[in-house]
Amino acid sequence: MTNIKKKNKNNLLEKEKKLGLILLLPTILIVLSVVIFPLLANFWISFKPVSLGDLRPPKLIVKERIKGNLSDKSQIAEIQYRYRNSSIKYDLKNVIIKDIIPNGFIVKDLQPAQLCRIKLKELTCNLNNVSSKSSGKIIVKIHKNDQWQKELDNPKKTKPLVTFSSKNVLTSFEFNTENFKKVFSASEFFEVLKVSFYYTIFGTAGALLVGLLAAQILQKSFRGRSIVRGLLLFPYVSPVIAVAFAWVILFDPFSGIINSMLVQMNVIDKPINFFGQKYTDIIIFGYVFRFPLALSMVIAFEIWRYFPLSFLFILARMQSFPEEVYDAAKMDGASPFQQFIYISLPFLIGIMSILFLLRFIWTFNKFDDIFLLTGGNAGTRTFTVNVYEQAFAISNLGAGAAVAVVIFIFLLTFSLLFMRYSKKETF
Amino acid sequence: MFWKYGLFFSILSGGIWGIFWQIFFTLVGILTLGTPLSLELSQIMIIGPLAGFIYIKSQKFLSIKFHLTAIIIISFLIYISHLGNPYHAGDENQLIIFILILSTSFFIWVSLNHSLYNLSPGKLSKHDIESFLIKFMWGIGLIILILITLIPFYIMIMTSLKNQQSLILNPLDLSVNLNTDFKTLFNSYIELFTNFNFHLFLINSFIVSCTTVIITLFFSIPGAYALARLRIPNKKIFSGAVILIYLIPSIVLIIPLYIIFSYMGLRNSLFGLMLVYPATTIPVALYMLRGYFSALSSEIDDAALIDGLSRVQIILKIAIPLSKPAIVSVGLYVFMIAWNEFLIAFMFLDDPNIFTLSRGIMSLNSSEIPQQHLMAGAVIATIPVMVIFLYLEKFLISGLSAGGVKG
Repeated sequence: MTNIKKKNKNNLLEKEKKLGLILLLPTILIVLSVVIFPLLANFWISFKPVSLGDLRPPKLIVKERIKGNLSDKSQIAEIQYRYRNSSIKYDLKNVIIKDIIPNGFIVKDLQPAQLCRIKLKELTCNLNNVSSKSSGKIIVKIHKNDQWQKELDNPKKTKPLVTFSSKNVLTSFEFNTENFKKVFSASEFFEVLKVSFYYTIFGTAGALLVGLLAAQILQKSFRGRSIVRGLLLFPYVSPVIAVAFAWVILFDPFSGIINSMLVQMNVIDKPINFFGQKYTDIIIFGYVFRFPLALSMVIAFEIWRYFPLSFLFILARMQSFPEEVYDAAKMDGASPFQQFIYISLPFLIGIMSILFLLRFIWTFNKFDDIFLLTGGNAGTRTFTVNVYEQAFAISNLGAGAAVAVVIFIFLLTFSLLFMRYSKKETF
Repeated sequence: MFWKYGLFFSILSGGIWGIFWQIFFTLVGILTLGTPLSLELSQIMIIGPLAGFIYIKSQKFLSIKFHLTAIIIISFLIYISHLGNPYHAGDENQLIIFILILSTSFFIWVSLNHSLYNLSPGKLSKHDIESFLIKFMWGIGLIILILITLIPFYIMIMTSLKNQQSLILNPLDLSVNLNTDFKTLFNSYIELFTNFNFHLFLINSFIVSCTTVIITLFFSIPGAYALARLRIPNKKIFSGAVILIYLIPSIVLIIPLYIIFSYMGLRNSLFGLMLVYPATTIPVALYMLRGYFSALSSEIDDAALIDGLSRVQIILKIAIPLSKPAIVSVGLYVFMIAWNEFLIAFMFLDDPNIFTLSRGIMSLNSSEIPQQHLMAGAVIATIPVMVIFLYLEKFLISGLSAGGVKG
């Protein structure tokens, strides 16, 4: 009896397991093919000298031409096949060109004779190797015979058939570490590293602090609070391209409002190119500071766009806080600042550290914002922008992939840290 | 110590509010008049503290009448102290100048009334001082926060409604001339829809975003249910993997995706986007929905199982109807991600007929196309998200806070 029960239970478990896997299967498949496979492919590419041009596979271009007069019986005409390897990098192997010579002709001569053959009106040239950039010619000398008909017997009517095999860098098993050497030895590597961390740390911390402030302000109930709460989320929900360009136009050196206003009010003498100037000198008490202007602007944008998120989380957490604790603290004579420092902050520190870690990861991975604001110029090139720069601006896909690998390694480290810390705090 | 007295704080806050509103309304004046106005702070540095002094001394007999009188007196003082010519503006703008002064004094008084209310002029306790400071900073903080949030949007809309000449002639003129006819005012929008194919972009964006939402929900609802309810081996590892995958940014995947999709001929197509977008949103949706499904009571499922429903029927007839709000918010969140997505659309699409809005706006970013067209494009892309957001704010906020750490 118990045995049957156990068996039934096992059966049920088995069934559930199966069903669960079936339900998850579509997700697993699409994630495998569009996320995991490309991720692995990225590692593969990062060890290869691939450029954008390699995406166009090497080709043998063959042009067929006729020299001489075909309709003149007394003359010998020529069919010429000019061929060329389109690739500047790769040789073509086992190249064979085939074409049909129409019935109305007699073949007098073939060049190069040792490579070409005619069998039952079919011309077959076995060219073996055509090295990169090289070209050549096949000449077939023909003579018109009696059965020749003008409409039927045009040699150009049949297109030459070309077959070849070529090496494809993407699928070959040749690897080298050139890309990584290039990425790490470049003089800008440490610059990029520094900028990435500046951007990430200040952007994340700034957004978190402004979010905390906003949450403190909106915790107090007042008329129109829900409207203001909605307004504050605008930067986050709007398309990045729209708000980034709005910022660019706002700070434009020629027609931007900020610049003309600052000039108008005599704060500055001439317009400042906020997103295009790497440094600006700021004089405080006689000391000159080199202030990284474009980078700070990009960080300011990051804070502006993402403080709503921290704000939303912190506000939600604060509203779940029992009001009685504050009442008790007031009874004990705690001042508002003391209430904030000794009650609110310790209560919020958990969600804030989680938010910091998660947002840190996301800010580190941010591409769109910087790309749209500065294009990675003026000292704002982070790793993510560097991926684009290497892969598509310099068209070295391999180097771009190597930078992406560096990003992924950072990401993995941060995520493991995150997972370890987030266990304590559920959210 | 003098700084422990309410009187000191009232004078101080009068000064700060005075300077704050003077700057604010000078800027408003510059933007509405479009002519340079000079910012003079020395007068308000005396009038502001004076207003604070008046307020705290007359706290016992505050009434509407008194408020109005005070505002008029402050306005008069501002006007007189500038020798009748504040901001050094031309005579033809007298009315607007008058309104500016009145608003300045009105807001100074209202701010004082907010931050000084019930403050005694005598010696204050530490507690009182701190509550005053908090109240004071609260007001300034709220105003600055709202301004900073909204200014770029204001610029976006204003610029889109101007024409090239007025933009170059006077960048400071941010007023909208509502007297012009519809065609001149919305010239950039008409241009975009007639000459730049923006109607196509709009439709493409809708198709891609809606398809992404449908595919994402179709895949993630059963998946999330399985993770929340069914006994699957290695469930923990799977859930961890979902979070990890959801943290992978598209910039890491873009090179291989570009190569693979180029070879498969899917790169320059909307179909390609509809394949990539769901893959990036499914993990988020799975993560969010799993949370919602776990929160549902599992006893209902058990009861339904005993009644003979299959698991699939349970999903269709119980889980989905019960978590409709959750599904709506996940759907909206996914729609927002797909609608706002830039990088993949930018890398994948070359053919102007299949541009999405993000890609289309990017093509407007050139020196040959005037700024106001670019901003009109930005407004067109923003409006649908805003409309959805304002209508369904509650849903979207819960969606954002459940999975919104991404972005």
